Amino acid sequence: MNHSPAPPPIGLAPDALPVLRERGQREVFCGLTSIVWLHRKIQDAFFLVVGSRTCAHLLQSAAGVMIFAEPRFATAIIEERDLAGLADANDELDRIVTRLLERRRDIRLLFLVGSCPSEVIKLDLGRAAARLSARFAPEVSVLHYSGSGIETTFTEGEDAALAALVPVLPREADDAAPSLMVVGALSEIVEDQLARLFAEIGIAPVHFMPARRAREMPPLGSKTRFILAQPFLAETARGLMARGAQPIAAPFPLGAEGTSLWLGAAAAAFGIAPAALSARLGASEARARAAMAPHRAILAGKHVFFFPDSQLEVPLARFLARELGMELIEVATPYLHRQHLAAELALLPPDVMLVEGQDVERQLDRCRAAKPDLVVCGLGLANPLEAEQLTTKWSIELLFTPIQGYDQAGDLAELFARPLRRRARLRI
Amino acid sequence: MQLTLWTYEGPPHIGAMRIATSLQNVHYVLHSPQGDTYADLLFTMIERREARPPVTYTTFQARDLGADTAALFKNSVRDAYTRFKPDLMVVGASCTAELIQDDPGGLAHALALPIPVVPLELPAYQKKENWGASESFYQIVRACARPAAAARPARPPASTEGRRPLCNILGPTALGFRHRDDLREIKALLGTLGIAIGVVAPLGAAPADLARLGEADFNVVLYPEIAHLTAQWLQRQFGQPATTTVPIGVGATRRFIAEVAALSGLAPDAPSVTAALAGSTLRLPWYSRSVDSTYLTDKRVFIFGDATHALAAARIARDELGLAVVGLGTYSREFARDFRAAAETYGVKPLITDDYLEVEREIAAAEPALVLGTQMERHIAKRLGIPCAVISAPIHVQDFPAHHAPYMGFEGANAIFDAWIQPLMMGLEEHLLTMFREDFEFHTAAPPSHLGRHVPQASPPAANTDPTRWADEALRELAKIPFFVRGKARRNTEKFAAERGISPITLETLYDAKAHFSH
Repeated sequence: MNHSPAPPPIGLAPDALPVLRERGQREVFCGLTSIVWLHRKIQDAFFLVVGSRTCAHLLQSAAGVMIFAEPRFATAIIEERDLAGLADANDELDRIVTRLLERRRDIRLLFLVGSCPSEVIKLDLGRAAARLSARFAPEVSVLHYSGSGIETTFTEGEDAALAALVPVLPREADDAAPSLMVVGALSEIVEDQLARLFAEIGIAPVHFMPARRAREMPPLGSKTRFILAQPFLAETARGLMARGAQPIAAPFPLGAEGTSLWLGAAAAAFGIAPAALSARLGASEARARAAMAPHRAILAGKHVFFFPDSQLEVPLARFLARELGMELIEVATPYLHRQHLAAELALLPPDVMLVEGQDVERQLDRCRAAKPDLVVCGLGLANPLEAEQLTTKWSIELLFTPIQGYDQAGDLAELFARPLRRRARLRI
Repeated sequence: MQLTLWTYEGPPHIGAMRIATSLQNVHYVLHSPQGDTYADLLFTMIERREARPPVTYTTFQARDLGADTAALFKNSVRDAYTRFKPDLMVVGASCTAELIQDDPGGLAHALALPIPVVPLELPAYQKKENWGASESFYQIVRACARPAAAARPARPPASTEGRRPLCNILGPTALGFRHRDDLREIKALLGTLGIAIGVVAPLGAAPADLARLGEADFNVVLYPEIAHLTAQWLQRQFGQPATTTVPIGVGATRRFIAEVAALSGLAPDAPSVTAALAGSTLRLPWYSRSVDSTYLTDKRVFIFGDATHALAAARIARDELGLAVVGLGTYSREFARDFRAAAETYGVKPLITDDYLEVEREIAAAEPALVLGTQMERHIAKRLGIPCAVISAPIHVQDFPAHHAPYMGFEGANAIFDAWIQPLMMGLEEHLLTMFREDFEFHTAAPPSHLGRHVPQASPPAANTDPTRWADEALRELAKIPFFVRGKARRNTEKFAAERGISPITLETLYDAKAHFSH
């Protein structure tokens, strides 16, 4: 829609990558969708969405194929009588939370999650959380954030949830030894691998945020240095800095190169010499490259097109272009955080087409015209594009699969190679 | 507010999407916040449709709320018309847009598009998906069928004209539970009867087809949840009668054939009617009479689903399989009255609720041997270690099998026999399990051997924590009773003992209680 020239970006050369900004229909999830992985990440947390039947329907549709145990999320559905003022919304919420906590006595942390309707009717979930927290302390603490579609896109829901946790992280003494906080929900296997790597290169203590249990959230103070493990955590980063923590800028740990640069940035912040680092990480990096090699053979020279989805698009595009030799046709992302992505953008090929926002119909036109070898897109678009003979990789899988770190680099490459291998394999 | 872990129905605009997606050359512009586009994946992933639903979402964000969401809506309608050139446009709001009160109907009307525009008012905080589908279908049919109707002269009955009777089929939709296969089955059945099919709607119909609805002699209503309202209107408007029997199960299919024959003016013994009733591929009656089905007799079954499928399931369970209906419920509040009346004939108190937690409690209390429910009840049954078959929406990817799997007609009855019986323990296997309960491979939670994946999470046999209530020997005997009736046996025995002041419960008490409760 708008081929507006990019304004001179902060921190980059004036001739840095131009961006096409689009406004139109966005084919993206809202922030509530992050609950689908967050509710498994923090094992004693529960997410109560205060919203409409649409919110409940979204969560069960997005999660429907994946849930095999009782979910640790639910929706308090706003009804006509709540809107008409016949029922006091706060009384209703208290009643529901009481019932919920009686049913699930294992819950230690309850998130009240705002939605589009709760935002529009200006339901004050902050006050509700404070009131309920006082009532259920010390067994349960109650926090709130908004996962509404009018304010958040998909992974920004995780950002909002983690940002809500920041003010209640325990305070670390000012004279504590410097510590490293790795920020962003990662799978357990990735966390364990990264913890071993940090131990090997001599960084300690290392904490992961969020922790697996509510009572084990990491301490935070002026000696805390934090590094983002996910690119969509702008609010969380802001909150951490407001509490005195110091950020470590780095590309994201996707692929062998990304992981080395990410670990390298952390090591540098802790005064570890680059030579010592490469001696310790060389073997891991080589193993990652070996694991990627067969997939590189399939992917090199192929053209890839990204629809906006999770904000992982820029780091993934860098990985595909630099480590697997793919050609980038279009890299679209819901929001382009130039600050957090500065190191990533610097590694992209200079002729890349970056798109921020979406007008899905126009983007589909461009995609069809470009005939890419691989389209990275959401679930709503994948089968229709496959029916048009395009090959797709559904992007939500990139959030539900361990992809970070050296030992996942091969798996990550395989996720992109598999649709192409499959298309070549089938004889039907 | 209502605490909801799972919801049986989506919001009403999802119902409208199902209608718009079913129709041809229709486009729906939905005023909705960013994120509501998730609904596309229901159609493209669950149903594996090859095209996106014909829906444009305005996807407004917080910054738009401070600006002009009405202008955003108008632009979306204009752009959608230019791009898709539909024959008819449907406009409406999702739950959040309802709160900002932009009046989609008025805004779209102001654009003066050269096609009919149907505004849909679907109150999202009161109503749900099926109501939304029903209302949308009705509004669209009203908009399309009326002009044609005015010009149409009253038709004499088919029989007096010597032409083939003509009917419409109403109700099948996108994302409908087995609608694709039911439709094929019913079309074939009507073909056998020699009845011509005018319009099938909404699935596959264009606005021009809807205009022809009034030409038919009568309407076949397959899914009252979707099409009852429309059929009533067509009856008032064009004098078209509609079928009231939903052909699920052997008996209902036979009654449906008789009803359709009567509406067509066919004699009950006409060759085509006889041929249709013969159902040469029908196997359920013989399979159910076959001696190996004896073990089904009075097996306790709990049924929950939409009104149509739950009632059909109850009838089949009792009359065609010889099961005992111990629970019957629906989430279709719109059909509560009829449902209550029907439930009376089964001697159970109907459960009319959309609260998953309440359904869970009722199932646990009823201790059925089989649950016939939705995907939600599948979760409950799995947790309770009870076999389960799915009989109704909410829709799931497994409800779109690659093979032909109708619920309607005689082939549907065959499919039902297989689908419901398969999760149960086979007759002789069940006997062996009861006889040799101490066999180490027959542990108390042993699943049917042909269902490796179905591992019940039944609680382990209770330790004797209260020897004053139960003698050890009696408790050991209790553990030999199959797990799906053990809880009931235990409670009955304890009740029996309490009433008679017996303590502790001995072997004798156990068998006295068994004899007491067996009549």
